[in-house]
Amino acid sequence: MYPEDLTYTAEHEWVRSLAVEDGTVRIGITEFAQDSLGDIVFVTLPQVGAEVTGGEPCGELESTKSVSDVYAPVTGVVVAVNDALETSPELVNSDPYGDGWMFEVRPADPSAAGALWDAAAYVKSLDS
Amino acid sequence: MTSTASVERRTPLDAVHDALGATMTDFAGWRMPLRYGSETAEHRAVREAAGLFDLTHMGEITVTGPEAARALDHALVGYVSKIGVDRARYTMICDENGGILDDLIVYRTGETDFMVVANASNAAVVARELLARAAGFDTVVTDRSEEYALLAVQGPNAVKILAPLTDLDLDVVKYYAADRAVVAGVDVLLARTGYTGEDGFELFCAPGDAVRLWEALREAGDGHGLIPAGLSCRDTLRLEAGMPLYGHELTTALTPYEANLGRVVRLDKPEGFVGSEALAAREKEGPRATLVGLRSPGRRVPRAGYAVLDPETREPIGEITSGAPSPTLGAPIAMAYVPLDRAEPGTRLAVDVRGTAEPVDVVALPFYKRA
Repeated sequence: MYPEDLTYTAEHEWVRSLAVEDGTVRIGITEFAQDSLGDIVFVTLPQVGAEVTGGEPCGELESTKSVSDVYAPVTGVVVAVNDALETSPELVNSDPYGDGWMFEVRPADPSAAGALWDAAAYVKSLDS
Repeated sequence: MTSTASVERRTPLDAVHDALGATMTDFAGWRMPLRYGSETAEHRAVREAAGLFDLTHMGEITVTGPEAARALDHALVGYVSKIGVDRARYTMICDENGGILDDLIVYRTGETDFMVVANASNAAVVARELLARAAGFDTVVTDRSEEYALLAVQGPNAVKILAPLTDLDLDVVKYYAADRAVVAGVDVLLARTGYTGEDGFELFCAPGDAVRLWEALREAGDGHGLIPAGLSCRDTLRLEAGMPLYGHELTTALTPYEANLGRVVRLDKPEGFVGSEALAAREKEGPRATLVGLRSPGRRVPRAGYAVLDPETREPIGEITSGAPSPTLGAPIAMAYVPLDRAEPGTRLAVDVRGTAEPVDVVALPFYKRA
């Protein structure tokens, strides 16, 4: 449920290093988050080119029962967003680590993602 | 995202919900199923086929005896003594100021026997008020919430599912009627009531029979699209149907007139009732605000507590009481209290959605009416 090759945040987001020189990372929400939120009906994401600040909200997830902030796990520039979520927000529920990804950021500090939790630390945070 | 109640009451179906993998939630001190899988799928099942609900958290209070009807005429805003035997009626209990303490369904189960069904969050208050208000009448008020489990089968296939399980002719059980019946070998009070905007039944049974009844209903519903349905879809179903929820559309700060439910207040009763003077005055002067339906042309959802704004000046003029993405309409819908001069369907308003004024349009309630 929590892939080993990702890093994680306390806001229940995962971060995947795309293994490119500029350190660009892909961001989505975890299995725990999608299950807790219930059916996601609308996703608001930052624009490509927007500057986002690590730990700050930069979008919204609307589910049946609630609206939740999307956070930027790292500071940087948005280089891609998942346009498929515009018409198929349910991908976040059905495939949170794959087709349900949300956006990509080129971090100001290419090593920033490495400072996030590994899978074991994230799972531990869920238990506490 | 998970909540722990200080006092957690469990329904007799608690283990069944866990076995189904339900997401459980605390609701008024009860551990209740929020959803079993996708709440949108559960919502659609109720609209298109059928859903099975555990509603054991609802409160049941019986009022019996020679003056039971008179006592309820005094205690509630409705004309309870006019309810026919085996019929039910939607009504309210108000305080001396006309403020709503709860909305209720009263079932007349016999000439001198009534069952009052209250919301879980208000069951204790209603029981206490009924007891106090019945003083001086020849009647006995008993909180029987512990003695009943409540299951509901809601949706267009409800009759097809229930009919093979009972000898009772369901055609004679009209909307808002109720009758004693045996369903799958279980003694129930079978009522054609609900909170979804669909045809359906509510079945009150002994807690010890609840699992057996649930399993029988699931089996009977297998070929008819019946799936277990949780409180999450119940909320979007009732919202689409324009039905108020206590604590949202109904509070002690409001009278039935603001909620467009003045028809439940029977000022024509021969004797006064608790709140009648205040309610007569409010009826005469008119409500101060009114409940409307709102539909958003956008996709961000107006939620309970958000401010309704004048679309030009951005001044707050009201408040959202409930809001959700409507699975049936495919758009955000909400109910809100607004000034009377902003209540006409077609009026453009705005809602403060987390700091941004999003346009909404006043629309007629209900949002959804079954064919």
